[in-house]
Amino acid sequence: MIQLDDVHYAYDGLYPALRGVSLEIDEGESIAIMGSNGAGKTTLLKHLNGLLRPQKGHVFLDGEDTSKYSVAQLSRQIGLVWQNPDHQLFLDSVEKEIVFGLKNLGYDEEEVSDRCDRTLERLGLTHLSHRSPFSLSGGERKRVALASVLAIEPRILALDEPTIGQDARQKERLAKMLDQMNEEGRTVIVVTHDIEFVIEHFPRTLAMSEGIIVADGKTEAVLSNPTIVERCSLAVPQMTIVAQGLHQLHPEVSPRLTQVNEIESELIRLAGGI
Amino acid sequence: MALIEFNDFSFKYVGSDSLALKKVNLSVEAGEYVVVSGPSGCGKTTLCRAINGLVPQFHRGYIAGNVFVDSKSTRENSVADMAGITGLVFQNPSNQLVTLNVEKEIAFGPENLGVDPAEIRKRVEHLIHLLGLEHLREKHPHEMSGGEQQRVAMAATLALRPKILVADEPTSNLDPQSAEMILELIAEQNREGMTVVLVEHRLDVVAKDASRLILMNEGSVVADGPPEDVLLMDICQDIGIGIPKAVEVFKRLRSKDLHLPEVPMTGEDLVRIFREVVEHDSA
Repeated sequence: MIQLDDVHYAYDGLYPALRGVSLEIDEGESIAIMGSNGAGKTTLLKHLNGLLRPQKGHVFLDGEDTSKYSVAQLSRQIGLVWQNPDHQLFLDSVEKEIVFGLKNLGYDEEEVSDRCDRTLERLGLTHLSHRSPFSLSGGERKRVALASVLAIEPRILALDEPTIGQDARQKERLAKMLDQMNEEGRTVIVVTHDIEFVIEHFPRTLAMSEGIIVADGKTEAVLSNPTIVERCSLAVPQMTIVAQGLHQLHPEVSPRLTQVNEIESELIRLAGGI
Repeated sequence: MALIEFNDFSFKYVGSDSLALKKVNLSVEAGEYVVVSGPSGCGKTTLCRAINGLVPQFHRGYIAGNVFVDSKSTRENSVADMAGITGLVFQNPSNQLVTLNVEKEIAFGPENLGVDPAEIRKRVEHLIHLLGLEHLREKHPHEMSGGEQQRVAMAATLALRPKILVADEPTSNLDPQSAEMILELIAEQNREGMTVVLVEHRLDVVAKDASRLILMNEGSVVADGPPEDVLLMDICQDIGIGIPKAVEVFKRLRSKDLHLPEVPMTGEDLVRIFREVVEHDSA
């Protein structure tokens, strides 16, 4: 559905951000893009909805070159949530932020208010609906920015660092909503450094470094490859650190475990007889 | 008097109908490393602003009680007067950067405090090296990635040589390795005597450095103590904050009658503690 073919982009023609990126994303996929600061992740997202256009190469949506579509046209298909919510929010109430996009897309009043209420509730924002986004905390503003795009329920969701500033409970809420949208057939693309979030919710991971894709495959395989972890500045999950430590002492323990319950059962087994 | 003192301090922003901070009492001694956590909107950022005087000097509203920092009341001293005591690093570094390049950005604070130019040059070079900013020297802050910007903001704050560093989720925008670098730098400053107040959701990356963990909920302090005690409290689940996975494992093992002698904060801790137990028992 989405295809990038040898995409190059350099800011001001001087600072290369993408240096030949090719990839394919199928409808209904759920994919994480990881990599160090400055690897080109956000630049890649901006190419999806036409905010940036390739200086070389092509971006295709449903087989059509996106160069013939405007940002407005692409935005109907692809909802993008910025890393910094302050780049996105501009109205004086939470509710207005969410209603704005829906009205622009021509939904009738009932549908607008249904979707608005539903999204506010799903993201735990109902009690803040009449507040000004600028009076909210960083984490809350981030959720408002997410809500304003999620309410539109676009075919493709592209989220830049959606978990920043979120506590565990809010992160769980967000994950549940994304999983649900994905089950409905929507494509979800996130850029994130949050490795636990990726392990739990995204089957495919794309790792970037210095403007190129250095790995693209099953999340577990990508994240357990030490060379890729090092090159892309990824974190090793805390439970994997334990697994690797245990593996050195007891080679039968897999060094690739990621889950609390896996470590728990290994420790109980190893402590057996005590 | 402690370095930071909150006495029954309450605050409500203009236009808001609820208190952002409710009768907060808190003493932080010089040299402590305090991590503050809690659900979004619980008052963490307001607490930070109250320490450097932005609340109530810049953010106006209803105030009750007092905050003293280095024995100065934040009600009676301007933000400029407090700036030499408390350095603040925000969530979004782009809100903080004001100049056109890295060197000017770092020099900006000390210049405004009237520091000697030769000394400023020394600090700038030291911080550029310390934070690995050499390759960004000529770059405009707004051409940098979020992580790079945060490193510059951190350098600009440290250039003021504050007694207290207040950092509000300073690593949120950073990749894990850059985040680790910033956190190591903060821990290093703390070892050299700087008092640190760090707001963070991801306790798995910061609990290991902290001497004290404060949890807030709805404007109040709801738990306060060493991380290894606070992280075992049920209040963590009640207010929905995530505890490090290693602590989770500790709790699960404990519920199955396997008691580890220490609460691990990191994966490395857990392996070490477990190993000691097993070796001790088999010896």
